[in-house]
Amino acid sequence: MDFVIPKETYTGSIPEIEFGKAKTVRFAGESALPMHFFEGAFPNKPLIAFEIQDAQPDDYPEELSKVYSSVWDDPVRWAKFCASLGAEAIALRLMSSHPDSKDSKPNEVADIVKKVLSEIELPLIILGSNHTEKDAEVLPVVADASRGYNCIIGKAQEGNYKTIAASAMAGGHSLIAMSELDVNLAKQLNILITQTGFPKEKIVIDPMCSALGYGFEYTYSVMERIRIAGLLQGDEMLRSPMVADVGFYVWKTKEVQATQSDIPEWGSLYERAVIWEATTACSFLLSGAELLIMRHPGAIKITKKFIDDLYSERTE
Amino acid sequence: MLIIGERLSIISKKVREAIQNKDKAPIQQIAAEQWRAGAHMIEANIGPAEEDGEALMEWFVTTIQEAVPLPVSLDTTNSKAMEAGLRVHNNQWGKPLVNSTSLDPERFIMLELAAKYDTPVIALTVGKGGLPRDAEERVEIALKLMEKAAEYGVPMENIYLDPLVMQISGSQNQAKEVLRAIKLFQELNDPPMKTVVGLSNLSNGCPRHLRPLLNRYYLALLMYEGLSAAIVNPEEVREAIKTIDVITGKTLYAHSYLEI
Repeated sequence: MDFVIPKETYTGSIPEIEFGKAKTVRFAGESALPMHFFEGAFPNKPLIAFEIQDAQPDDYPEELSKVYSSVWDDPVRWAKFCASLGAEAIALRLMSSHPDSKDSKPNEVADIVKKVLSEIELPLIILGSNHTEKDAEVLPVVADASRGYNCIIGKAQEGNYKTIAASAMAGGHSLIAMSELDVNLAKQLNILITQTGFPKEKIVIDPMCSALGYGFEYTYSVMERIRIAGLLQGDEMLRSPMVADVGFYVWKTKEVQATQSDIPEWGSLYERAVIWEATTACSFLLSGAELLIMRHPGAIKITKKFIDDLYSERTE
Repeated sequence: MLIIGERLSIISKKVREAIQNKDKAPIQQIAAEQWRAGAHMIEANIGPAEEDGEALMEWFVTTIQEAVPLPVSLDTTNSKAMEAGLRVHNNQWGKPLVNSTSLDPERFIMLELAAKYDTPVIALTVGKGGLPRDAEERVEIALKLMEKAAEYGVPMENIYLDPLVMQISGSQNQAKEVLRAIKLFQELNDPPMKTVVGLSNLSNGCPRHLRPLLNRYYLALLMYEGLSAAIVNPEEVREAIKTIDVITGKTLYAHSYLEI
């Protein structure tokens, strides 16, 4: 008798997210656990968005400045540069709005968003600075300024979801909902956001990311639990796509910054830094992330190859 | 757990009057209220319905299903009315439930109907004579019922064994016998036999303010023992069921778990 692979029965599928205007792109939509191609449909590959910022970053380490320093004073040029590297989507982080950075006003950053949208065709993810109060001021203005461009806005948190969800809904955008490394909190935030009338199928869960070696396994296991609850335990409130905001966390670690002369036994900084981001990103694909936000083109290239290799196993 | 809304019963004055006047509105309103409160199925209890039972059941089932997208639990001792209900039932939202058969030979026809229409059936663990004394007697009757069901061609997974909840005010010790019976029934087959109770019978005859309290706590214990279905007032037990599902890990906790 031939061996028959035992198959799980799933209680539904993850909603597919399509965003962008001139160019659109889709991710998620699968009906089985990550890479279980033998158990369900996987209509879309995971998507990688290139991260850019609205002003010259204060904290990009050497390996990133080598790549981006010639374009990072102009978000439009930066975005176009990423497009030239093969980006399928851009994640614009409005870091200058953070009170500890330039504390830019909502209108100032909204102007930047408008400019980027008018100059590039790629689908756009618009991220605040993760400052709860400031994001509550900035993101509604930005969501309005980008009305009709079908973006993904984020991140809504427990402390600011009301205004952000309402404005994302009015602007016709999808929404990233971020909670702090806890499956129950992730569920709660999705309940609260849907109670405002925001459509559940346009929510992307951010369970809060982390870098390899810096709490990585917390994010990984929360992602696993969210996906299992959503697909195997019938928990509709957790049946959402997930984002891993990889670059933001990886590029703060010592491993991507210490030079070879600082720690000779760690070897080449370039290789180490790129592989640190790529390994973190690839691992989160296994726990269920369908959207990755990344920084280094080298790391993105490796991750993309990993995705393509895995998805060549997919039976259409 | 399967929640069967109990409120459309001939015992209720409001329902009785609506049936007599063929007035759809109050019936559809009660059906809709139960649906919104989380019922998965609506009980249609017309009692013995000796006169014109068939037309009555047809009208009742159709009236309910015009208002809510749910299957109906057909509760009558009149087998002609039962079959009429099975015939008109819209199976789009699930199969109807035959309520009920027992070890009284007059009720075996209900097994025949359940087999003919391939529907689940409630099997009350009572014989023709008196009420069961304890859990063991209920199990004995259950085994005989399972045998009978097999004879009529009703598969085990279509049977809901009902241990018969009794009034706490008159038969206090039966409450824990029923709890034991729920546990024992499941061991009679693999996969486990399904179980059902008419919950509110527990508090029948008790002061009004105590009834929801007794019903809810009892339901918690029954669910812990593995109860598969309950005929209840959904509004009364909605929060209890959600809470028990959270405590037993069936649903994932979130602060707003009661609101979804």
